[in-house]
Amino acid sequence: MSTIAQPARPGVERIGRRARTWAPAVVVFGLGLAAWQWLLPALGVERYLLPPLSDVLQAFWENRSELLQGGWITFKEAVGGFALGCSVAFVLALVLARWRPLGSALMPYMIAANAVPIVAFAPITNAWFGTLSPWSKVMIAALLCFFPVLVNTLRGLTSVRPESLELMRSYAAPQRVVFARVRIPNSLPFVFSALKIASVLAMIGAVVGDYFGGSTEALGVQIVSSVSLAQYETAWAAILVASLLGIAFYASVALVERWVLGWHPSIRAGVE
Amino acid sequence: MNDTVVSAKGISKTFGKGGVTALQDIELEVGRGEFISLIGPSGCGKSTLLRVIGDLVEPTTGEILVNGKTAHRARLDRDYGIVFQAAVLYDWRTVAKNIALPLELLGWSRARRNQRLAEMLELVELEGFEKHYPWQLSGGMQQRVSIARALSFSPALLLMDEPFGALDEMTRERMNAELLRIWAETGSTVIFVTHSIAEAVYLSTRVVVMSARPGRITTVIPIDLEQPRTFETREEPRFFELVTEVREALHAGGADDVVPEAGVLGE
Repeated sequence: MSTIAQPARPGVERIGRRARTWAPAVVVFGLGLAAWQWLLPALGVERYLLPPLSDVLQAFWENRSELLQGGWITFKEAVGGFALGCSVAFVLALVLARWRPLGSALMPYMIAANAVPIVAFAPITNAWFGTLSPWSKVMIAALLCFFPVLVNTLRGLTSVRPESLELMRSYAAPQRVVFARVRIPNSLPFVFSALKIASVLAMIGAVVGDYFGGSTEALGVQIVSSVSLAQYETAWAAILVASLLGIAFYASVALVERWVLGWHPSIRAGVE
Repeated sequence: MNDTVVSAKGISKTFGKGGVTALQDIELEVGRGEFISLIGPSGCGKSTLLRVIGDLVEPTTGEILVNGKTAHRARLDRDYGIVFQAAVLYDWRTVAKNIALPLELLGWSRARRNQRLAEMLELVELEGFEKHYPWQLSGGMQQRVSIARALSFSPALLLMDEPFGALDEMTRERMNAELLRIWAETGSTVIFVTHSIAEAVYLSTRVVVMSARPGRITTVIPIDLEQPRTFETREEPRFFELVTEVREALHAGGADDVVPEAGVLGE
């Protein structure tokens, strides 16, 4: 009667194994950067289409304080929207899962609303909250995060196997306990999938929100103004900053997921 | 208090409006310490009867008394330990936390929980696995965790719905032996739903034979094999006689479409 044997593997060998797993991706990354730097100019791609990598990096270095400051402003808008949208969606999902008739009454509209291209609202939220206010961008980011988190959380809360609920019923557990011990833990893998999607959407929302006007320091505003001044290197440098911030945001959510869902098969598959 | 644990009188259950009659006129008395198997073809309502007894399903007519109380009252008093065909462990809880879950809900102190946990791990022979997660265990081990969880709070009645149906024959026979040992050690009362004639005969003090459409009890066969039952029990002539008796009762009940063998039965 043995359980899964975890052979003690020397650390060096594990690092070597991991390096082999990652090597192809690293090679492709290097090739991509090299092609950007040397192949595109050789093919005669114009500077306004895509400047060489070294020029973009130089533009970043020269404008680093403005870009990082702008990145921070836009990142805060994204995180604010993420926190607002995700928490409201989670609480609403709890309410809809607890009172199912309410859920059945509202879900069709939620799904229909999900199909609305929310970035189309960006100019409107500027009108609502003021063009210069960060709140207009926070609202766009929040709206973008809201629907995937709502729909996925609700699915996670309700896709509990019937026997799990019968078991709680046999313990005469009140709804509060059923939610705390069964439904919410059961929903967490769904919730984290949605949070990862939402982290990307929040960054998109904040940058697009900036495009329609905002504090001149914000990253999205810098992209727009650099392009209008034909400073393409600076625009690309700003895009690079936005991308890195987006990746960092996504990675932090993924890290929290790994920590919270240590018990989940998808995480264990990723670990070993 | 008398020695009747379950008393079912005139139970019937119809699903939907004028729909399928799952159970009809069920009369059943189960005494303290008995091991009762419910056997019958698919659709005979044996799982439904188990759920009616456990107050997971409302009967359409009739009355269930458990320890002299209504089934509803008995459920609120946590008189039931339930084991399903799947182990139904909570993936996010370790073995220890799965077993102790009912104790947490009952508000036991940590010290008392840990003490009972150690007893339960010993009972189902899973010492050393308390920190494992369900996915790290084999199917048989998961089912033992599920049994330990059901027994942890010493319920008056253990309801088991084809608990070993998903296991292979070898594991199943070993689990049968372990279940009998646990039953003898704890003195619990068990109602056990199964598809397997051999399993029903081997485990039970009485086998309740049911027929389908509508689900009724056709025969109750007392199993007079000597206790404790061992691996040799399965080779006794009396064992085969009882297996034959149960099989004939099933056929008489119109169960020709199922139960071809005295062994494990797939659907």
